[in-house]
Amino acid sequence: MKPALSVIFFTVSSGAGFGLIALLGLSDLLQRVGGAGGPSDREIAAGGLVALVLVAAGLLSSTLHLANPRNAWRAFSRFRTSWLSREGVFALAFFPVAVGYLALVEVGAGGGPRAVAAACTVVLAWITLYCTGMIYASLKPIPQWHSPLVPIGYLVLGHYSGALLLLAVLAYAGHRTPPYVDWALGWLVVGAAVKLIYYASMARANACTTINTATGISRARVRLLDAGHSHGTFLTDEFCFSVARAHARLGKALVFLVGFVVPLLALLLSPPTLAVALFAVAAATVGLILERWFFFAEARHVVRIYHGL
Amino acid sequence: MKLGLVIDLDTCVGCHACAVACKEWNGSSAVSGPLSDYEPYGAEPSGVWFNRIRHYEIGEYPDNKTLNLPMSCMHCEDAACVTVCPTGASYKRPEDGIVLIDQDKCMGCNLCSWACPYGARELDKSSGTMKKCTLCVDRIYDLELPIDERQPACVLACPAHARMFGDLDDPDSAASQAVRERGGFGLMGELGYKPVNQYLPARKPRPIPVQTSPSPPPGRTRTFINRVIKR
Repeated sequence: MKPALSVIFFTVSSGAGFGLIALLGLSDLLQRVGGAGGPSDREIAAGGLVALVLVAAGLLSSTLHLANPRNAWRAFSRFRTSWLSREGVFALAFFPVAVGYLALVEVGAGGGPRAVAAACTVVLAWITLYCTGMIYASLKPIPQWHSPLVPIGYLVLGHYSGALLLLAVLAYAGHRTPPYVDWALGWLVVGAAVKLIYYASMARANACTTINTATGISRARVRLLDAGHSHGTFLTDEFCFSVARAHARLGKALVFLVGFVVPLLALLLSPPTLAVALFAVAAATVGLILERWFFFAEARHVVRIYHGL
Repeated sequence: MKLGLVIDLDTCVGCHACAVACKEWNGSSAVSGPLSDYEPYGAEPSGVWFNRIRHYEIGEYPDNKTLNLPMSCMHCEDAACVTVCPTGASYKRPEDGIVLIDQDKCMGCNLCSWACPYGARELDKSSGTMKKCTLCVDRIYDLELPIDERQPACVLACPAHARMFGDLDDPDSAASQAVRERGGFGLMGELGYKPVNQYLPARKPRPIPVQTSPSPPPGRTRTFINRVIKR
């Protein structure tokens, strides 16, 4: 698949935003249950604002992918069948709930309404991230995407980048950060593990669709003679994007190095100051953009088979 | 009704006449608007087509042959392109199973083309909307046309009569009978989209009569004539 830059930016940015606000809401809820020393109200409000900006920027960027954005408003209409529509509806429902929750935090409200608002915000963030993953995972013609590891990956990596952002927000506010470093490291380990499992399972994936099932010639060797067009088509532009295997290996090594190892070393080796947290956020963002790019570049749509690829 | 095409891979000669007729009819049709061409007279011509023909080699020399494979929308019974469409622009008509795109609703997100394994959907860069085979819905129901012309343009154009149009839900239609008798199949059945369009495999070649016993030696008269008259 041709990597769509607007979609890559969208999923990385809004993923981090949803992850950040989900972790803020969770820590607020846990604090209410009995813990202390969590983020203060002002820190939750400030972090929540950062999260909303990231989510909004991502959603705006996603409309750049549309060839006819005038009809984008219609995308909320097929909620019952389309994961893309569901993502839009939940993202839209998320905003008023999250703004309401942050307003309650800002005015210092406590008790039931705030807890309910926090829980709703967290759940809507989770559902929206899951919907994003399911847009890809629901596509049978792309074996590399048609996997439950895809929505899990979107959820986990969103929380990973969100945890690093939370660390930066708390460090900026002068909060005691060590427990949040552990939290971020936990998401880092889970995120790297999910990605490792995903890459390993993709390498072993054996697509059941071959040129024999595609042409209905069940036993003989089938070879493309002529694709029937002299130059590129929509299909070759969109689906026949290829990345050399050596480049892909190097790229995925970079995903782990920049996206996980560098933030890990930064968090382990130095005191979690604002500069260190921001450095970790920057490295993880570059790593996740690379990760998303290879998620597209390595996805092989079955229509490639008809083109002899 | 389950309207669709039956394509005879035994007789298709790969001439692309169906694709050209399709482009000609649908390029001026009101159903999906013009099918844009990009740089039609330039160095790298490209454009939107509903029907593409690819050519394959089956087997290895000397036991090989050419397979011409025309492909357009299969009007799948379980059309994933319709399921994933967020705007409701893509729809499958309940009355005859034709999958269509409402050009006024499409936002050009490409998701339906990602969900289609057959490459049947192409984005038109000029209008920013997705376009696809309409099964010539504006021909097959046109009461102004003579009854034998109420068929898709590709079917009428095929010089080898390799394309049939019919109701594959009706077991007595000519299309259904051909599928039944010739062992027709759909492409990529394992994905479970239940494509309506069917393909007929190559027939077994009819045996050519050959002389098995050696011919008797010519008689004396014939030997004499052969000697006298030089051919």
